[in-house]
Amino acid sequence: MRTIMRGLTGAATLGVLLTGGALAQGAAPPPVDRGSALYGRPDSPDAVKLAPVAPPPLPTPLARLPIGKLHVPEGFKVEVYASGVGNARSMRLGDQGTVFVGSRLLDKVYAVVPAASPGAPTTVKVIAAGLHRPNGVAYHNGALYVAELSRIWRFDDIEANLDHPPKPVLIYDDLPKDEAHGWKFIGIGPDNKLYVPIGSPGNILMPPSTHAQIRRMNLDGTNVELVANGVRNSVGFDWNPVTKDLYFTNNGRDWVSEDIPEDTLHRVSARAETPPNFGFPYCHQGNFADPEYGWGRSCSEFAQPVALMGAHAAVLGMRFYTGDMFPSTYKNAIFMARHGSWNRTHKLGGDIVVVKLKEDGSVASVEPFMTGFLEDNKYNGRPVDVQMLRDGSLLVSDDWNGAIWRVSYAR
Amino acid sequence: MRGRGKLAVSRPGRAVGVALLLALAGPAATQPGLAQTVAERMPACLGCHGAAGTSKLPGVPSLGAMPADYVLVQLYLFRERQRVVAPMNAMAAGLSDDDLREMGDKVAALAPPVPAGAPLDAAALEQVQALVGKHRCASCHNADFAGHDQIPRIAGQREEYLLHSLRGYKDNSRPGYDATMSEVTQELKDADLPLLARYLAQYR
Repeated sequence: MRTIMRGLTGAATLGVLLTGGALAQGAAPPPVDRGSALYGRPDSPDAVKLAPVAPPPLPTPLARLPIGKLHVPEGFKVEVYASGVGNARSMRLGDQGTVFVGSRLLDKVYAVVPAASPGAPTTVKVIAAGLHRPNGVAYHNGALYVAELSRIWRFDDIEANLDHPPKPVLIYDDLPKDEAHGWKFIGIGPDNKLYVPIGSPGNILMPPSTHAQIRRMNLDGTNVELVANGVRNSVGFDWNPVTKDLYFTNNGRDWVSEDIPEDTLHRVSARAETPPNFGFPYCHQGNFADPEYGWGRSCSEFAQPVALMGAHAAVLGMRFYTGDMFPSTYKNAIFMARHGSWNRTHKLGGDIVVVKLKEDGSVASVEPFMTGFLEDNKYNGRPVDVQMLRDGSLLVSDDWNGAIWRVSYAR
Repeated sequence: MRGRGKLAVSRPGRAVGVALLLALAGPAATQPGLAQTVAERMPACLGCHGAAGTSKLPGVPSLGAMPADYVLVQLYLFRERQRVVAPMNAMAAGLSDDDLREMGDKVAALAPPVPAGAPLDAAALEQVQALVGKHRCASCHNADFAGHDQIPRIAGQREEYLLHSLRGYKDNSRPGYDATMSEVTQELKDADLPLLARYLAQYR
């Protein structure tokens, strides 16, 4: 319990840092409308203006990218790694330095080929098109894995064939076809298994037994197992390089209030023998019973988050930092993209945060790292995923601008 | 340079699309061919969608006062064949990004569509307003359903087009640019959809 509380304290500090104390005002009591599954519907004129903010389909031209708006800590530097990568989402690094990039609103998967010489631009190639929400990418032993909404493909020997990609092999399609939270982040764990999340098919509902979970399987799609249950929608995860525990981000439900529930960071022990249940739809953020589904249940039944990440902040991609370029205080810390809120009057997120852990894997602190995507309650850009390059610099994908940023450090 | 993988979808021959467009749009038949400007293409667009912003053709949406960003997104989806609807994929083939932007601006400047259909009786009105409130239609589409940015105007839209769209979102046959409408319609009953379509079509 102590470690959890410290995690929450770190998150609360973050909220104050990033919102000027908005979270400190506390959550307003939810309105009373217990008969509705959409309990908490706002009636005020301000609330009815809230709407999802979809990124444009056309990438921002290089010359108009808002690089001057972005801020990183002293000693770090931001530059454009690639532009013209429409709706750039999840990223993975190939053995030869190719960065593979999925998209969610478009139908494309891209390969960003490193510059031939220092200072020269990278090259962006479309390596697959005609896909449905190809948000998820993974790379293993020369092969690229691409997750559409309900199908996962493998492209063998991809880096040798970027201009003529091989016909992909279908490895798994026993997946729901719901659009809501249907796009996927995928990854291959230290156990050489493919991890596949399946989101709740709506904001707040009783999910079928096939949804609101994370599965893992052999790389050929066989031997499917449940890893975690009661997960509303995870769009990012990675494994602690020391403990091998799985850490994943989760997006909390909408429309309860401006300030609750918060998005969460969760952990599944590498030694877990049964899949933990993280509470959806009964319990949110580990301590808030759902206004409708929570009656008769208790949050103490469920696995607790390791950190709260801000209400509606849309925590997405995350990676443990194992490079040598950044100062040693960042070693084995988590870099996490917060895409930014829509279900909140004063937007929250739109940044990269760094989550530093203690030796036992609990959260020591959550701090802003790359900011400026959100300015005057409007987006200059929206970060989706992070990916370390071999030199230790950190890439950040931005689906608003269709661009990839590179953050480096020089002493 | 951009390569394309094996999953890339081939686009239908442009000639087929142009033939269809010419058949539908008489006056454009005098245009010489493929390298048309947006100004040259617009009469063909509006031949179906309605030169005054109101479509008279079943199944063809009215575009008057449609937010430019919404039009841009849909034209992009048609061009890239992410949304497949004849003849729109052929119509959008070959358009440049700037063409898409210009078309969006032109369509947005048309007059709003003229609402159609009889006003709802008191009982139906009460029922549909409860649905609109519960599912927060106005949160995104605005209180007057005029839309904004990438969210379409739905006030005064053709009733059968609205119904087809709502059903498409609900059964996932129309994925939408993002998943918002798929998510919203999961909570609606099949019987709610005709009522919503009727209400919005006559909304004034």
